[in-house]
Amino acid sequence: MQPNQRKLLTIVTEALLESSITEALDDHGASGYTIVDARGRGSRGVRDAGWTSSSNIRVEVLCDAALAERIAEDFQERFYADYAMILYISDVAVLRSDKF
Amino acid sequence: MDPVIWFFGLGVAAGLLRSELRLPPAIYDLLSTLLLLTIGLKGGVELAQHSLSTVLPQAAAVLLMGFTIPFLLYPVIRRVGRVSRPDAASLAAHYGSVSVATYAVGLAYLVAREVFVDAQLPLFLVLLEVPAIVVGIILARKNDPNLAWGKVAHEAFLGKSIVLLVGGLLIGWISGPEGVAPLEPLFFDLFKGVLALFLLEMGLIAAAQARAVVHNGAFLIGFGVLAPLPLAGIGAALGTAIGLSVGGTTMLAVLAGSASYIAAPAAMRIAVPEANPSLSLAASLGVTFPFNIIVGIPIYYSIAQWMHTLGV
Repeated sequence: MQPNQRKLLTIVTEALLESSITEALDDHGASGYTIVDARGRGSRGVRDAGWTSSSNIRVEVLCDAALAERIAEDFQERFYADYAMILYISDVAVLRSDKF
Repeated sequence: MDPVIWFFGLGVAAGLLRSELRLPPAIYDLLSTLLLLTIGLKGGVELAQHSLSTVLPQAAAVLLMGFTIPFLLYPVIRRVGRVSRPDAASLAAHYGSVSVATYAVGLAYLVAREVFVDAQLPLFLVLLEVPAIVVGIILARKNDPNLAWGKVAHEAFLGKSIVLLVGGLLIGWISGPEGVAPLEPLFFDLFKGVLALFLLEMGLIAAAQARAVVHNGAFLIGFGVLAPLPLAGIGAALGTAIGLSVGGTTMLAVLAGSASYIAAPAAMRIAVPEANPSLSLAASLGVTFPFNIIVGIPIYYSIAQWMHTLGV
């Protein structure tokens, strides 16, 4: 991997899970994350952010490939069965690579 | 019919017709915050004039009702509805817990008829919110050692509605009528208007449940309409037994007959994720809430009046 190549792990899930997700990310040692409110449609119906029960969030984590894999595996195991959650990992180039 | 109910109807109609109408989430949050604080403040001010020795035994009886209702509902839902254990437990938790919006509409109904409501009712509202959720989780999980009770307790006890209601009660209690007087224009005078706007949004949210209601069919509609009546009967009987006024008895019946749609869904989603959240929500929000505010509340008022004539 080139020194400035990192992974962007994106998680789209139910807003109710926010505290569980952020705690888990801290436990995994992610150096930071960004959360935005989101809405859209998927296999579990329209999530229109009208109020908490139907709100979604999108969580983005910049980290190295190994950590992204670890988090993705852990979240699949813990949340996929019962919650609305989409996870994907993309390649990104970062500035100040020592931060991530 | 009270005009605030028409606002609910407007929201439902707009939602079903897929109108663009939608209140920004921040406004909805503000409206619900105002309602919760108003109910809390009002109760706190009035509660300050009561001695705790009369209120505490009543509070204990109400708390007991909160723990009992889900135990009564659960076997009925399991047998009659042939619903899975987590779903039945979740429904029991929703119907055992209470709805602040229904309470607010009930209050507005009685205020319009100049019926006195006892000061303890906001306290009972707080007390009835959590027990059913705890029982629901126990029914669903039995003795699951993996359950993170800390997280569930945080969700149940520090949810927005409990914090604002208890906060309002305490502020009203400490400040007394004179202290709260400068706040009256915002909290008390605007109550009806805030409630109207809030119900408009509730109508939109309820309309969004329409598909889930139709999808789940007869059991859900039947349960959503039939469950509130006996539950409200229990509330009215208890209200009469512990010596509440007709207004207070009506409100306790409203509380017992109402179903939670904020605290219970959030807590059950965390604690019992295998339960289908749209089932309970469609029942409580799509069926029971409209039923209660349009048909239920006048019926509960009649039941309360009838029970009081028996008692005397």
